[in-house]
Amino acid sequence: MLGLEKKDMRFLLIVLLLTLAAPILLNPFAENSAMAQFNAGYPDLMQRIAIFSIFAVGFNILFGLTGYLSFGHAAFLGVGSYAAMWMFKLLSMNILPAIGLSVVIAGVFALLIGYISLRRSGIYFSILTLAFAQMSFNMAYSVLTPLTNGETGLQLALDDPRVLDAANTSGSLPDTSLFGLAMNSTLKVEFLGRLFQFNVGYYVCGMISVVMFYIALRIFRSPFGMMLRAVKSNQHRMSYTGLNARPYTLAAFVISGMYAGLAGGLMAAMDPLAGAERMQWTASGEVVLMTILGGAGTMLGPVLGAGFIKYFENIFSKINDNVLHSWFAFLPHWIQDPLVWLFARFTGEGWHLTLGLLFMLVVIFLPGGLVEGGQRIGRLFRRKQGAGGDGPAHPPKPAPHVAE
Amino acid sequence: MGILEVKGVSKRFGGLQALGDVNLSVAENTVHAIIGPNGAGKSTLLNVLVGKLIPDTGSVLFDGKSVLGRKPHEINQMGISRVFQTPEIFSDLTVLENVMIPCFAKRDGSFRLHAFERVEAEDEIVYQAEKMLTDLHMLEKRDLHAGTLSRGDKRRLEMAMCLVQEPKLLLLDEPTAGMARADTNNTIDLLKEIKATRPITMAIIEHDMHVVFSLAERITVLAQGSPLVEDTPENIKGNPKVREAYLGEAAD
Repeated sequence: MLGLEKKDMRFLLIVLLLTLAAPILLNPFAENSAMAQFNAGYPDLMQRIAIFSIFAVGFNILFGLTGYLSFGHAAFLGVGSYAAMWMFKLLSMNILPAIGLSVVIAGVFALLIGYISLRRSGIYFSILTLAFAQMSFNMAYSVLTPLTNGETGLQLALDDPRVLDAANTSGSLPDTSLFGLAMNSTLKVEFLGRLFQFNVGYYVCGMISVVMFYIALRIFRSPFGMMLRAVKSNQHRMSYTGLNARPYTLAAFVISGMYAGLAGGLMAAMDPLAGAERMQWTASGEVVLMTILGGAGTMLGPVLGAGFIKYFENIFSKINDNVLHSWFAFLPHWIQDPLVWLFARFTGEGWHLTLGLLFMLVVIFLPGGLVEGGQRIGRLFRRKQGAGGDGPAHPPKPAPHVAE
Repeated sequence: MGILEVKGVSKRFGGLQALGDVNLSVAENTVHAIIGPNGAGKSTLLNVLVGKLIPDTGSVLFDGKSVLGRKPHEINQMGISRVFQTPEIFSDLTVLENVMIPCFAKRDGSFRLHAFERVEAEDEIVYQAEKMLTDLHMLEKRDLHAGTLSRGDKRRLEMAMCLVQEPKLLLLDEPTAGMARADTNNTIDLLKEIKATRPITMAIIEHDMHVVFSLAERITVLAQGSPLVEDTPENIKGNPKVREAYLGEAAD
């Protein structure tokens, strides 16, 4: 079905179901319980997880398959956001044209940057992309102020033309919408003391991310994907096999740039604001982190990485001194204070310290990322089950279905 | 007229005349060996043939067209495949994928954006690749990662990757360099088998006389950058000049 093998189809369906049920699954704790702060089932966070999944899945097409490590993908994210904002200002608050333009503009941008950067490989390629992204950031910040509104960032205004929309008489800024369905409208359901929020914006982001996941899956399984893996494996042999590696890598670069542009457009669609800081190198670094943390070159890795980082960023940032004091309230003061001081370094503002430590642990002990961790646990269970000893560890693969 | 025509090629690196007025013609469906001691210019000549080096003078015509100044992938698309001294394969891919990639290259050219087709749906390519693996007795290894193969199997796989493209000319760069005697003999058997089962033109650059005399139909002897003689193996063996200068005692 959909041009996928049975196993991939089941995989895609699971991803779809998880996406649909996320508002319930991510809200396991009752509203007033002490654990409520660990809930993740609210729109803003879920939207961010879905958007960054798109960003990371796209990045993985370039980095995971070809091995070219771009350090400038945030440039495409930022360009996508600006493009979407201009559509909101000039054309309509409908998110479709906005997202469309952000993908196209990011693609053109990626073609230009990729064409130049891909003349080099390895560390030089990374540095070139980093340089281009920083140039874009600085231009957005200062030189291109008429286009980007510099430091303040591009925002909606009451007197924007919005030629397709009806005249705005409400006196407040309009909401982004999909054919009249506002992105920020939320259906709230109370059940067993839990508050479930079904948000339009999240479902738009979620469905688009499932579609983008499907496209990435098809690319991974296509002859084109095989060629990209060949680029990573042995470019020398590739050229002596009659294949030109350059257009393959450029195509991968542009596709992943378009994914980033889409993510940027969606960001603006959820929260109509675009700032230059979205293009900064820390943002480029974040997507690299997500991909490696989850498992580069795997399908699920980037999604896991994005979810993991965004979730913990959110949770850890909320744990401030007061929360810590309440946790350690049962201890005498002379222990409580130093403990709170110590934990405060790793939470709240200090969350990046925790992320750095986690990243180090994963890279050292699980070079394949969280996906490898999952596989190891799975193997451990299977070994326990199959302790009776049924067959070799690597059963021969079934015969090919050439006739199919 | 041969499929590969080298005419008056010379190449100078600073004060060193690496190649001086080399003329060479490789006839279709023959195994042509190019031999010579270290420094005779074998590698330089090979690099000229694959477009890596542009000679100072002369021309290299393949199938009537010049190969000079072309990129490696263009030269491959003209019909020249190359086997390297150390096997060059896609180590991270499976054996079957390794053989499928040259099939795609042959069918689709040097680039095609087939991002939405399915590998499994490419019946023809899978069939071609599996047939080639069967011919070279490697089918049972089809799902292994190529990087895990033994050295001999890597060589065999590289050969399969070249042959599946049905090249008009197969270039072999010291295919037995650094191999133990047993592996060398295996490689010779493999090449003999290939030669016996399909029409093929091979140009072998080789150091090892044992390999050369068991395979070649024509031999060109290079010395100090220019061809000394070109003849059949029997005559080369008997040629006192060659014996004295290059083969020494090893010829017996």
